[in-house]
Amino acid sequence: MFLEAVVFSVLLLCVIFITRLYVVVKTGSKHKPGAKGPVAVLVVAGSGGHTTEILRLLESLSAAYTPRHYVIADTDRMSEEKIYAFESSKGQSQSQSQSQSQSQFTICRIPRSREVHQSWSSSVVSTLKALQHSLPLVFTLRPDMVLCNGPGTCVPLCAAGLLLGILGIKRVLIVYVESICRVHSLSLTGRILYPLSDYFFVQWSSLRDRYPKSIFLGRIV
Amino acid sequence: MKTVFVTVGTTSFDELIEHITSSEVVHALKARGYERLVLQVGRGSLLPAADSCTHITLEAFRFKDSIAEDMKQADLIISHAGAGSCLEALGAGKPLLVVVNDKLMNNHQMELARQLHLDSHLLYCTCSTLTETLSNMDLSVLQPFLPGQPKNFANFLDRALGVQ
Repeated sequence: MFLEAVVFSVLLLCVIFITRLYVVVKTGSKHKPGAKGPVAVLVVAGSGGHTTEILRLLESLSAAYTPRHYVIADTDRMSEEKIYAFESSKGQSQSQSQSQSQSQFTICRIPRSREVHQSWSSSVVSTLKALQHSLPLVFTLRPDMVLCNGPGTCVPLCAAGLLLGILGIKRVLIVYVESICRVHSLSLTGRILYPLSDYFFVQWSSLRDRYPKSIFLGRIV
Repeated sequence: MKTVFVTVGTTSFDELIEHITSSEVVHALKARGYERLVLQVGRGSLLPAADSCTHITLEAFRFKDSIAEDMKQADLIISHAGAGSCLEALGAGKPLLVVVNDKLMNNHQMELARQLHLDSHLLYCTCSTLTETLSNMDLSVLQPFLPGQPKNFANFLDRALGVQ
């Protein structure tokens, strides 16, 4: 009797969880955080090319996208320097009355989830480790959107963002931009986040043809 | 002085650094009038000394905050296939030769290099065909690369998120 109750509760929780996930994913386009004021952005910077691309995107966003919380891999010095350089140039280009926005960014470090040469099985372990760091980070920052473009670190951070929505704490929009180096096939991160993201951008028409939910605006970086 | 700038971004690509400083490649570069070689070697284990090549002026470093100045000064950029390096070099309006690292796991980097090559924005080769490519290349066939439009992304997102 007790066992049946436990099994039933677990099943019920699973059903509720999946239903909530479905509702959260399906209703993303109706959620307009920008109408209420500034949009807090969690920016997942990868390394090298990923960081360069995402900074190009951020450059075009208006001051409404504030504050910006950058997440970088703890081994990645170069991205950190690029972010500081980018933020200081952004601060200078704004008018002096807005100079307080210079400090409206933070940099958070989490363990890298997948090095280029890492095997698949150890990727799983380190992704779980990254999730352990992502949950407290996203639950504390509670951003309006997660902006990411491909590094493996995206997945646990987006999962944490979705969980906030599933629990009804905060609807976190997931904006994914597939790297321009993906011409014919999605990256592993892209394939995972394609069904889960609210806005999924691709930069080559061949990908738009294969993935009908994706948004193609030509090259955007 | 006609300069070649070689960049591997944040990666390591010892095979390229080894090939580019070989006497074969240096001769091919000299034959085309290049007299100075600047190497950004990233995390690689090779960091050639300035006097290791007798026939060409050589400089090598691992990382810099910005390689924009090196790109600006170059007459030819030789790069790994990373999107950041490719786009930065093309954005600087320089002739670009991409050397693909065929030893990388699921070599998706080739996708972009191949497509940009198909669209005549860059030349590409592997380490084994580097000498041949440098000797035979015709830089006049390269088409200018127009920058991407992040503003389209920003406008779309503003509308989607209701940003005023």
